Amino acid sequence: MSLITIKELSLGYGTRILAEGLNMSVNSGDYICVIGENGAGKSTFIKTLLGLQQPLKGKIIFGDGLKQTDVGYLPQQTVVQRDFPATVEEIVLSGCQGKKGLKPFYGSKEKETVQKNLLRMNISEFAKRSYRKLSGGQQQRVLLARALCASSRLLVLDEPVAGLDPKASEDMYTLIKSLNDEGVTVIMISHDISAALEYAGHILHMRHDPVFMTKKDYINSDISKIYLG
Amino acid sequence: MYLDYPFVRYAIIVGMLIALCSSLLGVTLVLKRFSFIGDGLSHVAFGAMAVASVMNLTNQMVLVLPVTIACAIIILRMGQSTKIRGDAMIAMVSVGALAIGYLIMNVFSTSSNLSGDVCTTLFGSTSILTLTINEVLLSAALSVGVVAVFVIFYNKIFAVTFDENFARAVGTRAGGYNLLIAIVIAVIIVLAMNLVGSLLISALVVFPALSAMRLFNSFKGVTIFAAIISVVCALVGILFSIAVGTPVGSTIVITDIAAFVICFMIGLAGRRG
Repeated sequence: MSLITIKELSLGYGTRILAEGLNMSVNSGDYICVIGENGAGKSTFIKTLLGLQQPLKGKIIFGDGLKQTDVGYLPQQTVVQRDFPATVEEIVLSGCQGKKGLKPFYGSKEKETVQKNLLRMNISEFAKRSYRKLSGGQQQRVLLARALCASSRLLVLDEPVAGLDPKASEDMYTLIKSLNDEGVTVIMISHDISAALEYAGHILHMRHDPVFMTKKDYINSDISKIYLG
Repeated sequence: MYLDYPFVRYAIIVGMLIALCSSLLGVTLVLKRFSFIGDGLSHVAFGAMAVASVMNLTNQMVLVLPVTIACAIIILRMGQSTKIRGDAMIAMVSVGALAIGYLIMNVFSTSSNLSGDVCTTLFGSTSILTLTINEVLLSAALSVGVVAVFVIFYNKIFAVTFDENFARAVGTRAGGYNLLIAIVIAVIIVLAMNLVGSLLISALVVFPALSAMRLFNSFKGVTIFAAIISVVCALVGILFSIAVGTPVGSTIVITDIAAFVICFMIGLAGRRG
C-alpha cells in the first residue's frame, strides 16, 4: 500500500480554489518535487498534506502505518527563528515533541535520537552552540535534524535552500539525496527547476489542474516545454 | 529593621513571587511578538478594576481576573483571524478598556480623591504595602500555579514559541497552548497590578527577558537568568523605595531598566571580545 494516496483533492482558501482534481500516490522511497509559479498552491498543498489546513474537497489517505503527524516537516524559516536564543540541541530535541504526546519531559530515548540525527546531519560539534550564531546552511541542517527526529520515514521540505548561497544549496541537496538513498521519502517544494529535475523521481506541477508524473514523462510533456521554455 | 513590620515582609514576599512569574513568560512573549498583549491586557485589567471599585467589591480579583482572562482569549482568537490584525486588535481592546475604566471611575465614583485612585490603579503606588494576609496567600497560590504550569509545559511552550507550524504538523495542539499562555499572562497581569500598577506591568514582563537574551544563548539559560534578574530587581526596588520613599512600582521598573542597560553593555563587550 502507498504511504499517501490523494484522491480528487481541491486546495484553496474559502471560496478561492487554487487547484482541483489532484490525484496522486506517494510510495515509500519516492523523491517528489513540487514546482509551480508563486501563488499556484505549492505551500497550500504542503499545509493541507500536513493537516494544518483542511482540503476544500477530496481525501488524503495515509497508509502503510504512517500517520499524518508522523511527518518530518522543514518549514520556511521565520524572522523570529533567525534570532532565537536556543541551542542546537534544544531545537533538535523539540522535534521529538509529537511522539511524547502529553508527557511533559523528554527522556534518554529522545536524547539518543537527537544525538543520532545530529551525527547524521554532521552537526554534532554544534550541539551546545547557539542557533542564531550559525550560518544559514548550518541552521537548515539543524532544522532538518529536528525534522528527522519527528519522522525518518517521510520528509516534507518547504524550499529548503531558500536564502542559501550556491555552495550551501548544493550541500543541502546532496544531504537530502543521501537521506533519500537511505530510504527516506522526500516531498520538496523547490523554485530551483534544474535541481528538481536533477534529483527528483517525480514532479508535481501545481496549477489549477495539477499534473503529477515521473520526471522522465514530465520532461517529455508539453507542460514542461511551456513552463521551462 | 524594616523587616520587623509585617507589611514590609508581605510586600517583599509578594513582590518577589510576582517578579518570578512575570519573567517566566517574558521570553515567550518577546519572541512571539506578543509583548503588547501584556500591555493591552493590563489596560483591560484597569477597566475591570475601575468597575470593581465602583461596585464596592471587597475582593476585586473576583471580577478582574475573569474579565482579563476573557479578554486574553478574545485578543488571541481574534488576532489569528486575518480581518483585524493582532496588534490593531490589542490597541482596540486596550484603549477601549482604558477609556471605559476612567469614565466609570469618574462618573460613579464616590471617592473624594478620584485622581489619587486612578493614579494608584495605573502606577500601583502604595497597594503593595497595604496587602492583607489573605491577599498574600492568594498571590502565593496563583504564583505557585503559574510556575507549575510553566514547568510542566516548558517543552511544549518552547516548541510552540520556536515554530508553531512545525509543532502543529507533528500533532501538538498549538492553539491550545497559545490559549494556555494567554491565560497565564492574564493571571500574571492581575497579580502584578498590585505591585507596579497596570501601566508598568509590561516592563516587568519584557525587561528581564530582553536583558537575559543579551547574555545567554540557550532558551533554558535565558529563562532562568530572566527569573533571577527579575526577582533581584524587585527585591532591590522594594527595599530602595521603602528606604528612600519613592513609589514602589516605578522604582522596580527603573531597577529593571538599569539591569537591562548593564546586560546590554556586557553583551556588546562580549561580542567584541
